[in-house]
Amino acid sequence: MKAIGIILAGGNNSRMQELSNKRAIAAMPIGGSYRSIDFALSNMSNSHVQTVAVLTQYSARSLNEHLSSSKWWDFGRKQGGLFVFNPTVTVDNSWWYRGTADAMYQNINFLKKRHEPYVIITSGDCIYKIDYNKVLDYHIAKKADITVVCKDMAPGEDVSRFGVVRMNEDAKIIEFEEKPMVSKSNTVSTGIYIVRRRQLIEMLERSAAEDRWDFVTDILIRYKNMKQIYGYKMKEYWSNIATVESYYQTNMDFLKPEVRKYFFQDEPKIYSKVDDLPPAKYNVGSDVRNSLIASGCIINSKVENSILFKKVFVGKNCVIKNSVILNDVYIGDNTHIENCIVESRDTLKANTYYCGDNGIKIVSENNERYVL
Amino acid sequence: MDVIRKEMIAMLLAGGQGSRLGVLTAKVAKPAVAFGGKYRIIDFPLSNCINSGIDTVGVLTQYQPLRLNTHIGIGIPWDLDRNSGGVTVLPPYEKSDNSEWYSGTANAIFQNMNYMEQYNPEYVLILSGDHIYKMDYEVMLDFHKENHADVTIATMPVPIEEASRFGIVIADENKKIMDFEEKPAQPRSNLASMGIYIFSWDTLKEALYAMKDQSGCDFGKHIIPYCHEGGKRLFAYEYNGYWKDVGTLGSYWEANMELIDLIPEFNLYEEYWKIYTKSDIIEPQYLSADSVVEKSIIGEGTEVYGEVHNSVVGAGVTIGKGAVVRDSIVMRGTTIGENTVIDKSIIAENCQIGAGVALGVGEEAPNKLNASIYSFGLVTIGEDSIVPDGVKVGKNTAISGATGKEDYPNGILESGEVIIKAGDSV
Repeated sequence: MKAIGIILAGGNNSRMQELSNKRAIAAMPIGGSYRSIDFALSNMSNSHVQTVAVLTQYSARSLNEHLSSSKWWDFGRKQGGLFVFNPTVTVDNSWWYRGTADAMYQNINFLKKRHEPYVIITSGDCIYKIDYNKVLDYHIAKKADITVVCKDMAPGEDVSRFGVVRMNEDAKIIEFEEKPMVSKSNTVSTGIYIVRRRQLIEMLERSAAEDRWDFVTDILIRYKNMKQIYGYKMKEYWSNIATVESYYQTNMDFLKPEVRKYFFQDEPKIYSKVDDLPPAKYNVGSDVRNSLIASGCIINSKVENSILFKKVFVGKNCVIKNSVILNDVYIGDNTHIENCIVESRDTLKANTYYCGDNGIKIVSENNERYVL
Repeated sequence: MDVIRKEMIAMLLAGGQGSRLGVLTAKVAKPAVAFGGKYRIIDFPLSNCINSGIDTVGVLTQYQPLRLNTHIGIGIPWDLDRNSGGVTVLPPYEKSDNSEWYSGTANAIFQNMNYMEQYNPEYVLILSGDHIYKMDYEVMLDFHKENHADVTIATMPVPIEEASRFGIVIADENKKIMDFEEKPAQPRSNLASMGIYIFSWDTLKEALYAMKDQSGCDFGKHIIPYCHEGGKRLFAYEYNGYWKDVGTLGSYWEANMELIDLIPEFNLYEEYWKIYTKSDIIEPQYLSADSVVEKSIIGEGTEVYGEVHNSVVGAGVTIGKGAVVRDSIVMRGTTIGENTVIDKSIIAENCQIGAGVALGVGEEAPNKLNASIYSFGLVTIGEDSIVPDGVKVGKNTAISGATGKEDYPNGILESGEVIIKAGDSV
């Protein structure tokens, strides 16, 4: 592969509400057994990108723990490997990453030392599968300076949290608006870019000299009329999880057979850190309908239209409906949970009631757990 | 040959066929047979090793080793990928003189003298790859050291009325072994040997060389009696935890079923003493809107559209709409067609069971091929088998290979019958 990868995983977003108190968005659990960043990492690995840098900043503990070994994504190689770059104080820099471009600029030595001609930039908060080789072929064929992977959103969908693009008939991007209030197009940028490495270094250095730190507003939009920026449309599943609603909906999407087939059964596969948990156990009283259950769960009651992540314990006479229960949650007897996202490692006391009446309720209790 | 000296290394005997498991071990060695919806039998001794702090394990293979080799790889799942030591698969090999297969348990160890020598251990732990248990070998080693033993044999108390089925150890009040009895009619003790030994290296080496010309040299039959007669200090270490021999279809089925209990005696959900395995299927399992799953264990990536009661289902299995699985073991990758009813069956990996099939019907009848293997009322289906739509299969039956409608007279395989397609042997 003629490219190296950069995954921007430093972000936080107030629209994630309490869910991002604990961790960076890239570390959010997805689809029962995965973390959000597994998708970006597996795509890199499956496209034979051998060298990948993950740039982290916000609440990186959970993410770093997940990335503690590179072997799960097959990056433990002599050639290349997985690099995690946190902001660091040096002789000539004492800043945090002030933006996406600055995050890359502060690690510009990594970019300078490599020999691969191209760089694939992606974010850690999107759920998708893509073969970057195809995007790179397109990039080369178009003689583009920058290629932006785009996705047509369903008509009527709110695109105001995305970068919205308009292309001409040759797929050249002629308009790029970041998070517009009103927009004429429903084609959004997926946050996946391909740039020639030397070009990227030059643009990052010039922006830094001008005290500009954001890749989208300070580079993509500013250079729009000067450089050849092309859009590559992806048709397959793509979802950004950076709001509570989209996070919930993306998880629920895995209850659809076509989404499960696409991510779980069709090659190439998505990889994740292996947890060595026993298989799920269903005791008397379990009644599970249309739900995804991860390994290590023990279930004693009713679960419907829900996603149970790893190692969830559900007591007797509970009702769990339309909910997402994150890793290692203990749910006491006679508890009712509906339209909720239950934060990981939570302990819900017996005889409690949680229901999201207007939208999704985030349940985050800090009860003590007594373990026998 | 300077290698960091290892205090204790383990030699894991995994070359046996386990012929009493019938069609289940037609294509794989017994240690590679699936267990508990996720594991393979060898995962238990391997996990015990790493959990006991033993990081050097030689795995001796001989019978059908492919599955075992791919499963073990370089030992990553058990953290046995080490710069020094780690796991090494040891198949029989050609020598400049006297090339032979492993002819017995001790002979197999003897043929790997060079492997053991390079670690220059103080102690060697001998294990077999066909038991389900969690055991801290370090505690056994402490016992061995305290008693200044030359050989320590792990034993477990069994009910005295069953003692005549085991190799029995007779020990004094200090646990020093006085005598042995192999399947005695009138047992003098209820301590049964578990086939787990710790040898002081010099004792093992001396005994293996002394007995090297013994044909089919075996630990229980030759090496232990040799050490005993030679005046070595033999001790019986008493183990009181869960230990299950899964050597027969009946005990294999039972051990799986015991995992389903509300709080099983053998608890896989305990935080400490994890059992590790190679898991390449990691996605969650899906239970459809019409599914019913109760009193069961289900592996990763399995999709259930029918009913599962009282069963252990492996990873990547599909159970079709309207299908009912009861009191059965279904291993990974198997597909069960719509409206198929399965009772008390063991279905090995990657089988295709058609639609509208009924397994385990009718009255019991003794198996015609081998009544001692295929009994317990079970239907046993070997891996990669195909069972066509709509057939009925009785009890104490076995099926192996791609069967078609023509193999089932009047659409029925009567109780006690066997179908083994050409190319498969049992």
